Amino acid sequence: MLDLVGAFLLLAGTVFLLLGGLGLVRMPDLFTRIQAGTKATTLGTLLSLGGIACLRPDWALKLAVIGLFVLFTNPLSSQVLARAAHRIGTAKAPETAIDRLAEDKGEA
Amino acid sequence: MAWITPALTVLLAAAMIGAALVAVLGRSLPIAILAAGLVSLLASVLFLVLASPDVAMTEAAIGSGLTTFLFFFVLGRVRGGEHD
Amino acid sequence: MVELVVTIAAGLAGLAFLLALFRFLKGPSDADRVVAFDVLTIIAITGIALVALAEGRGIYLDVAVVYALLSFLGVIVVARYLERGL
Repeated sequence: MLDLVGAFLLLAGTVFLLLGGLGLVRMPDLFTRIQAGTKATTLGTLLSLGGIACLRPDWALKLAVIGLFVLFTNPLSSQVLARAAHRIGTAKAPETAIDRLAEDKGEA
Repeated sequence: MAWITPALTVLLAAAMIGAALVAVLGRSLPIAILAAGLVSLLASVLFLVLASPDVAMTEAAIGSGLTTFLFFFVLGRVRGGEHD
Repeated sequence: MVELVVTIAAGLAGLAFLLALFRFLKGPSDADRVVAFDVLTIIAITGIALVALAEGRGIYLDVAVVYALLSFLGVIVVARYLERGL
């Protein structure tokens, strides 16, 4: 039973990794690429590590440490990167209409 | 699963060649440093696939972490010194 | 069954790795390449865990911890450099 759950989680996680890579190639500008590339891969990595923890329960503590680390650092690095890209004036695609950071800076 | 090691070796070697080409042919200096760091990170995964985890850990710590940080620090200092 | 699932998962992760590598090689701007670097290292963490599962050696997971820490530091350093030159 645990093997079945682990196999399902592992497959779901790698499918999300594949979707993240696909979004990284197909999205039109930098900010949508950051969105697709980091959110989907964070979920994919966490699901994969959970699946491996179900397949090998004796590694669960180490995998939990890795997963917690990814969960903390990955949104942080994507946020720092998006802020830097916004500050150096990266071009946006015409579909990217809403820019809350510029609105906040304009009002302040 | 016997084929998984040679397949991963070929994939990592091709990725290392691509990253090295970006480091050599690219015009941007920080991207060249980042690509060199990517070569080190992929080399550490390659060492891991070839069953030597201690070498992989050393390569990841020194080749990627310390060298990349040092290069960026020196690049920032050099760029800052141009205006003095 | 588990071996088949691990093989399929490794294939999917390898395909995602190739797509992110394409973005790293092509990437029009510098920041695109930094995003691709981030995604490549995250996929590589999953790849290290899959290799540890396939080989059955738990010591490989220690490398994944070091790897996650160093890729995070690299992305932070390059983002700070792009922002205002460290």
